[in-house]
Amino acid sequence: MTVIAAATGQAALRCRSVAVVFGKSEVLHRIDFDLSEGEWLGIIGPNGAGKSTLLRAIAGLTHYEGTVALHGGRVPSATDVALVPQSPILPAGMTVTEYVMLGRTAHLGWLSRESRSDRSLVGLVLRRLDLASFAERLVSELSGGEAQRVVLARALAQQAPILLLDEPTSALDLGHQMAVLELVDQLRQQDGLSVIAAMHDLTTAGRFADRLVLVEQGTVVDCGTPAEVLRQDQLSEVFRTPLQVRVLDGEIVVLPSPRRI
Amino acid sequence: MDDQAQVVAQPRVSVGPIELLDAVVDKTFRLPVLALFGGVAAVLVAGVFSATNGAADLPVGGVLRALLDRVPLIDIDSTLNSRQAGILFQIRMPRLVLGLLVGGALGMSGGAYQGVFRNPLADPYLLGVSAGAGFGAVLALGFGLDLGWGPFDAVTAAAFVGSIAAVAASSLVARGSWSSPATLLLAGVAIAALFSASQTYALQRLSETRSREVLSWLFGQLGTSGWEQVWILGPYVVVCGAVLVVHARHLDVLRVGDDEARALGLDPARVRLVVIGAASLLTAAAVSVSGLIAFVGLVVPHIVRLLVSHSYRVIVPMSALVGAAFLAFVDVGSRTLVAPSELPVGVITAFVGAPFFGWVLWRGRAAL
Repeated sequence: MTVIAAATGQAALRCRSVAVVFGKSEVLHRIDFDLSEGEWLGIIGPNGAGKSTLLRAIAGLTHYEGTVALHGGRVPSATDVALVPQSPILPAGMTVTEYVMLGRTAHLGWLSRESRSDRSLVGLVLRRLDLASFAERLVSELSGGEAQRVVLARALAQQAPILLLDEPTSALDLGHQMAVLELVDQLRQQDGLSVIAAMHDLTTAGRFADRLVLVEQGTVVDCGTPAEVLRQDQLSEVFRTPLQVRVLDGEIVVLPSPRRI
Repeated sequence: MDDQAQVVAQPRVSVGPIELLDAVVDKTFRLPVLALFGGVAAVLVAGVFSATNGAADLPVGGVLRALLDRVPLIDIDSTLNSRQAGILFQIRMPRLVLGLLVGGALGMSGGAYQGVFRNPLADPYLLGVSAGAGFGAVLALGFGLDLGWGPFDAVTAAAFVGSIAAVAASSLVARGSWSSPATLLLAGVAIAALFSASQTYALQRLSETRSREVLSWLFGQLGTSGWEQVWILGPYVVVCGAVLVVHARHLDVLRVGDDEARALGLDPARVRLVVIGAASLLTAAAVSVSGLIAFVGLVVPHIVRLLVSHSYRVIVPMSALVGAAFLAFVDVGSRTLVAPSELPVGVITAFVGAPFFGWVLWRGRAAL
């Protein structure tokens, strides 16, 4: 299997007292966490908790206070972190190949011509994500699941060791949700990518993530393994609805409490 | 860069589909040779058509021979008499070359504006850029600032200041909704109205002969041109054109929105500054030699988009060629439709462009 982004063998990313202020309201308040090499970190929490803002701060898309640094102290750029946005814009008339090539932007030279190696990398990524037969299709005409795979392909073409996923499966049905997450997990294991994913579904978050960060109103409420974080009392309080946490075949399942009729 | 080298060195696991895919990828990013060839052919056809048609019809064969004769190391007899040769080289050719340059400049800057504002209806005329440039040029002409050397020309400089003021004002008024065609256009309408009014006011203050001169220039014409105007505009087309072609790929990145573009490693503000600067300078230079010629910047990139590609890598250079051919053709109409008098070329482009604009609007949001 071909490796697309090579592992560096170090702790991947460090966030220290990251705060984001929009106008007068503080959207993120002193967030701390570490991401290790090859780890899948799930960010969970209710709507408006600041999950997307945290990812945007890491990608450098919003102004923040505090430190976001790679190993060695460097602030990450587009060659270090690749963002898969929640609702990506798919321009009319653009083919899948052209779209995936956009991922090479940060690697291009001064005249911004695509080199031979850029082109062969795009071919490689397309093959890797089973998109070879889609190469000439228009991105605006893809189904939800196909489009998600194409956006993931663009992120892979960035050759960044850290993948940021902003609720990557919110528009997909159950089967496509699993397919995309399995694919990300495979890439992580085979290519040594590290993943930070804002995730809606607590059960899938518990299944795929190595560690979970629970965020509420811009503050980290809890951080740890899924078994530590996915506690019935804690989740019911944060999500403001009675939830039950069960273990089914060794896997943690989070469900709403049964309705009383 | 090590990981990249490693990737490229990977052996191919099988033949067939993989090579097919690589061919597709290569094809996508190859120069659109066929389209460029077609564009050059259109320019040549328009050029010959324009050089041979007018008040005095010149024989095609004679014109081609006379032109070939001018190429170094080629020596053939042109068969044109001296009067015909005079018409060709002193009247037709400078006007033709100027038409090609103005058309190319307007087509290319229209394509660039469309990319930078992510708005298929952006155009130097509709954004108010032309009106701003016109106002600047009228001021300079009206105050007798008709001085300069070649491309370093006071009228062009004043037109540039006006065009930058207009594009800045339009984008400020439409703040945040550049990609909404309606908002940006309405802002452009307001700004253009403001500059047109200022222009009329400035014209009123001029003497009658002076204002008639300026007015006839303002209508958009290639009529008074000699080689001097080619020398003013030419360098701008070369320099700004090169800047726009180099930045065309960035315009493709901008199509996914500023946020995603930034996440991909592009600085949208910097790209916007450079591209708007180059496109406005190009528009200003074109306006200062030929007045206001409407709709070329709207129609031409659309034709390229419909016929060739949605990618700005193709749209920007192709718009230069198609714009050049388009304006050379239109100029023949301007010389011959109401002969012996002349119709301003801007009137004809508006006759063609306005219905086209209506059609683009009518096709609706899906097409945008």
